[in-house]
Amino acid sequence: MIIINCPFCGPRDHSEFGYGGDASIDYPALDAPMDEWHDAIFLRENICGMQAETWHHVNGCRMWLIVERDTMTHEIKSVRPAHGGNAAVLENVAEGGES
Amino acid sequence: MNRYSAWAVFKNGLSGHRGWTRQWRDPEPKKAYDIVIVGAGLHGLATAYYLAKNHGLRNIAVLEKGWLGGGNAGRNTTIVRSNYMMPGNREFYEHSLKLWENLSHDLNYNVMFSQRYHVTLLHSPAARDAAARRYNTMRLTGSDGELWDLATLKAEIPHLNYNNARFPITGAAVQKRAGNARHDAIAWGYARAADSLGVDIIQNCEVTGVTRNGGEVSALETSRGTIAAKKVGFAVAGNSSRLWQMAGLGRLPIESHKLQAFVSEPLKPLLDHVVVFGVGGAHFYISQSDKGGMVFGGDLDWYKSYAQRGNLPMVQDVAECATSIMPCLGRVRLLRHWAGVMDMSMDGSPFICKTSLKNLYLNAGWNYGGFKASPASGWYFADLIANDRPDPVIENHDLERFRRGVNIDERGAGPDPKLHG
Ligand SMILES: Cc1cc2nc3c(=O)[nH]c(=O)nc-3n(C[C@H](O)[C@H](O)[C@H](O)COP(=O)(O)OP(=O)(O)OC[C@H]3O[C@@H](n4cnc5c(N)ncnc54)[C@H](O)[C@@H]3O)c2cc1C
Ligand SMILES: [Zn+2]
Repeated sequence: MIIINCPFCGPRDHSEFGYGGDASIDYPALDAPMDEWHDAIFLRENICGMQAETWHHVNGCRMWLIVERDTMTHEIKSVRPAHGGNAAVLENVAEGGES
Repeated sequence: MNRYSAWAVFKNGLSGHRGWTRQWRDPEPKKAYDIVIVGAGLHGLATAYYLAKNHGLRNIAVLEKGWLGGGNAGRNTTIVRSNYMMPGNREFYEHSLKLWENLSHDLNYNVMFSQRYHVTLLHSPAARDAAARRYNTMRLTGSDGELWDLATLKAEIPHLNYNNARFPITGAAVQKRAGNARHDAIAWGYARAADSLGVDIIQNCEVTGVTRNGGEVSALETSRGTIAAKKVGFAVAGNSSRLWQMAGLGRLPIESHKLQAFVSEPLKPLLDHVVVFGVGGAHFYISQSDKGGMVFGGDLDWYKSYAQRGNLPMVQDVAECATSIMPCLGRVRLLRHWAGVMDMSMDGSPFICKTSLKNLYLNAGWNYGGFKASPASGWYFADLIANDRPDPVIENHDLERFRRGVNIDERGAGPDPKLHG
């Protein structure tokens, strides 16, 4: 079993999470050449080993996370919010700041 | 090679069955071959066999890092069918099914192909319409398919959950020529037949590097030394990206995911057909092996993985599917479960194609449907390697199809490998 340490909810079983995919993919600009879009949409490095990937805490806080995970051993190296801005806002709210 | 026949059994019986010889040799690798296939799964072995048989080629080796048939070949739920609808796939899988129908004779090996019907349960008028469209399209390619109403289904399979299912069963889409085969037997049958035509099958021989001479592959580095090759074919299923990167070719439209399979303790004859259930997010298929075990499986483990071991949430998911359509299985114990690493492609369809290297050919992207495909995959891959051009049937099974705007997406799920089946 994999335990993902959600920065918002704490350690949770991976069955609470949906899987996104390779987090290293950056989508090109909307008017970028077709080849760039082709590569981003269709090609994958498909790393055997440590890879950064997106997971969605869909049955928890519903935040997207970036998880560094070994695709062979399933060992997790790090977990952080995918959208740092959201995290900062949440922290602010928790401290009684404006939302 | 000892030819197998009733007469051979009788004759060997007279000498206490001491006359049987091993089924294939265990040769030392030569320094060079005309053609080297990497991966002794079903696709690699079938390719070697048809290269020798259909194209009269000799001096062929198949390199396998473990033992032959130890990958997905030995881990699947053995469903064979041709109910595909997309152009290209339709002709391809129907050709495969026709090869299956004569495979035991062709290989002189009982692959235990049992055409026991593939029964897809239907739960709504919309599903029935979609099935009618699919099965009519298949029939246009000369395949078989029919729709059953509820009464027919009940008469044929009486013990499904017709009473209080969350998604009531309303009928079924059926392919009668579909069924199961014995997975090990087809690996061994192809291995023995290829070996008897002179193919060297070299086990415990892992490819660790690909030596290039500009735009060509010149040799493979292996755990048993350097092996030179005039032509090279990759058929390594879930490890395709790793071999691809060894050849310095970068990225593929493939992700490796794992799929589990399950077998129960043996039961008396209970289920004559292959039954498939998929509604409301469920995906489940079940049949009964000749030894009596209920053999079943479901969806992928939902995240990328190269580990050949499955997780527990999927065990629960699949068990829930089992008891929801066959409540009579509720107290049956699970005997074993295991996982294999699938080469999931971006549109759920495979690649049998040339590559940017002149003498390198790729066979990959089988998702979890590559067992049934094995004969046709070997057939067309051998033809591609021998003639250096794709047969029209596989002209869109290349890596460039997405660039041309062609997707062979049976499920209509889009470019996300984990969504295909
Ligand atoms: C649980 C499960 C259920 C399935 N159910 C079905 C089904 O019901 N119907 C169906 O049609 N399909 C099914 N499939 C899919 C099917 O099993 C595969 O698509 C098919 O077996 C893949 O082709 P193969 O047999 O050549 O692969 P494999 O048997 O995996 O062969 C690839 C070989 O390459 C070798 N290899 C890898 N790397 C190297 C290297 N570096 N050097 C040398 N050798 C290497 C591996 O050891 C392996 O033996 C299922 C798969 C699984 C895992
Ligand atoms: Zn959370």
